Amino acid sequence: MLGLTGKDFTLFLIVVVMVVFAPIILNPFPVDSAMAQFNAGYPDLMQRFLIFGIFAVGFNILFGLTGYLSFGHAAFLGAGSYAGVWMFKLLSMNVLPAILVAMVVAGLFSVVIGYVSLRRSGIYFSILTLAFAQMSYALAYSVLTPITNGETGLQLSLNDPRVLDGAASADGSLPVPTFFGLEMRDSWDVTLGGWAFTFNAGYYLCAIFMLVAFYVAIRIFRSPFGMMLRAIKSNQQRMNYTGLNTRPYTLAAFVISGMFAGLAGGLMVSMDPLAGAERMQWTRSGEVVLMTILGGAGTLIGPVLGAGFIKYFENIFSKINDNVLHGWFAFLPDGLENAIVWILHPFVGKGWHLTLGLLFMLVVIFLPGGLVEAGQRIGRLFSRKKKPADAAQKSTQSTPAE
Amino acid sequence: MVVIQREEYMKKSNLTRRGVLRSGAALGAGLAMPTIFTASSVSAFTNAPGDSSVTLGFNVPQTGAYADEGADELRAYELAVEHLNGGGDGGMMGTFSSKVLQGNGILGRKVEYVTGDTQTNSDAARASARSMIEKDGAIMITGGSSSGVAIAVQGLCQDAGVIFMAGLTHSNDTTGKDRRANGFRHFFNTEMSGRALAPILKANYGTDRKAYHLTADYTWGWSQEKSMRTYTEDMGWETVNSVLTPVGAGDFSSYITPVLQSGADVLILNHYGGDMVNSLTQAVQFGLRAAQVNGKQFEIVVPLFSRLMARGAGENIKGIFGSTNWHWSLQDEGSKAFVKSFGTKYGFPPSQAAHTCYVQTLLYADAVERAQSFNPCDVGAALEGFEFDGLGNGPTLYRAEDHQCFKDVLVVKGKENPTSEFDLLEIVEVTPRETVTYPIDHPDFQGGSLGSCNPGA
Repeated sequence: MLGLTGKDFTLFLIVVVMVVFAPIILNPFPVDSAMAQFNAGYPDLMQRFLIFGIFAVGFNILFGLTGYLSFGHAAFLGAGSYAGVWMFKLLSMNVLPAILVAMVVAGLFSVVIGYVSLRRSGIYFSILTLAFAQMSYALAYSVLTPITNGETGLQLSLNDPRVLDGAASADGSLPVPTFFGLEMRDSWDVTLGGWAFTFNAGYYLCAIFMLVAFYVAIRIFRSPFGMMLRAIKSNQQRMNYTGLNTRPYTLAAFVISGMFAGLAGGLMVSMDPLAGAERMQWTRSGEVVLMTILGGAGTLIGPVLGAGFIKYFENIFSKINDNVLHGWFAFLPDGLENAIVWILHPFVGKGWHLTLGLLFMLVVIFLPGGLVEAGQRIGRLFSRKKKPADAAQKSTQSTPAE
Repeated sequence: MVVIQREEYMKKSNLTRRGVLRSGAALGAGLAMPTIFTASSVSAFTNAPGDSSVTLGFNVPQTGAYADEGADELRAYELAVEHLNGGGDGGMMGTFSSKVLQGNGILGRKVEYVTGDTQTNSDAARASARSMIEKDGAIMITGGSSSGVAIAVQGLCQDAGVIFMAGLTHSNDTTGKDRRANGFRHFFNTEMSGRALAPILKANYGTDRKAYHLTADYTWGWSQEKSMRTYTEDMGWETVNSVLTPVGAGDFSSYITPVLQSGADVLILNHYGGDMVNSLTQAVQFGLRAAQVNGKQFEIVVPLFSRLMARGAGENIKGIFGSTNWHWSLQDEGSKAFVKSFGTKYGFPPSQAAHTCYVQTLLYADAVERAQSFNPCDVGAALEGFEFDGLGNGPTLYRAEDHQCFKDVLVVKGKENPTSEFDLLEIVEVTPRETVTYPIDHPDFQGGSLGSCNPGA
């Protein structure tokens, strides 16, 4: 259905259901329970799951299919963000022009960077993209301050022209991003017994874009174009010897993934109209690489899982402070309580990077195919007896990170 | 290795009329969906607290160039919460001129708090503040040790409809161009620093000086440089050059090398936190303080000083002038009470960042008590034009027009013979409030307006 094979359609359907019901799925614990700390169903984080999901899915089109490891994708995320905020400042608070222009600007930007960087492959390509991204970051940080507002970050102000809908809202405060009048921050809270669920307008807008992006990614993966990209990954030299010019294909993949990043940037500023230069920093580029590898490079759902995994750690684990730990272990005798808190302290709060790093190492060592491989192994455990042939075939499907 | 599976491509159907219709319908349904969810919740303002507890959000830098300040701010917040809930010795609650705080929480509700890391980065700070508001139900956000972050978070709080009590933010823009109705600042600003420092510099270094600025490249640095240039050029100094440096650069040697060749005889370091520690240390290592230029001793000025930075810079700060919001050696009752309870709990005296954060928390709690409401608009009204004393800076006014506190400013100097590892700054002068008060129509503070208060929901 929808031009997808049965298996892909099932996958897409699962993603649709997960995304639509995420506000419920991500809030499994009652508000007043001790476990409420681990609830992730609040708008800001759910939006981030989807936005970084889009970013990683786009990155995977380049990295997963062609094997070209770009270390500069944050530049497109940042370019899209700045373009989006400028649309809010100059044109209108409607998110649609902001998102579209963000995609176009990121696309153009990636044509330029891709055209130069793709003349080399392997490590040289990675270094070139990294150099371009760091250059963009440095420019945004200081040289282009009139356009980017430097470290402070580009934000809306009361004296922006906003030619379509006027500078300020009626009560003299800053206007907020809307989708034809529907404010992105509007939420609908539902309380069911001890549980509270928040259904947020901005989240569902992200959800639509994410599902479309995911659908496009599936189609690209299953198209002859996708096959060509896979062929480039397997052996680019052989492709060249057969008389095929591979560069248009890699450039197209690069631009498509750049536009995905631009879409993510545009959505980010639509949810929160501020763009900081840090968005272009190499750590952000590295983050999307981690997401893709953690989830499973070259798989469809992997990058989305990886993005969710990393963002969950960043936002939930970083908020567990010593105070919370003491709360959890208060039932233990004082000495033991302090000892446990002392042991756990480096792994939570600002030490969440450490926990994530350890998990990342474990995944890369024991599950080279990422979280998707973990899923496949569990699946095989249950289906081995029935269909050994099918299981063997499945294992060849996953493409380990290179 | 990739195994090509032909069947998959054979099985796949191309776009059919039915398929297009179906996907169109699905998309339409998806687009229509959010409009169902426009109903907002029933309460009159964002995150109205329950009957038993109220949650405050402490958003401080725990990593990055300002992490030292952030750690001290967090200590101060924890102390303030303890005092508000009736623990400890009550600190400055006993000396505060307003006596409505009883040590039974805020409006009878126990004060709880959540913390977050701003990473000294606007994006991260906003994400952290948003999660505090959306997930933890924080009714007030406070903290920050960078003006860029403060301005970004202040804007977010305005949109979300909660009060923002700024922590350490020194840029004019926080209560100037970027001021917001829901945002309040107790800390002083670069205009006040300039006004307080200029007479001292004139008295010590004369009127014939050539200044070289190294400036942190963000809102605070720009603001600090502008104020310093205005006031030093007014008294006859010449500005030779000013160079913008990235925040968190770490190594400033390439910026400091050209200073001596430029013919300047004063270096003004518009840096803060770890950056200032590094740039000052390197400037001293490069022999700037020992140099003689234009027949005069070369001097370094650090417009915004703090004890934490002084400790980081060690020997190098001796004899260097700067301004500060508060210092633990002040001998008024409020300061003594605060230093005592902070010292008892943590074993060392508080920094100016800790002081302003502690005071902001108390001021917020007090305003809620006086307004008898957590509604941000009522709280804001209670803070506007509030005149108070006993919080360490002498009589202080929260000006209604721009939500800026006006109080005495301290001019300090790196102590030549420190008696302990905390006794690093000596107070040269307490510049009275009248001297540092500027009119609301000051040109450096134009281009913005408070707007109207937003209770959210």
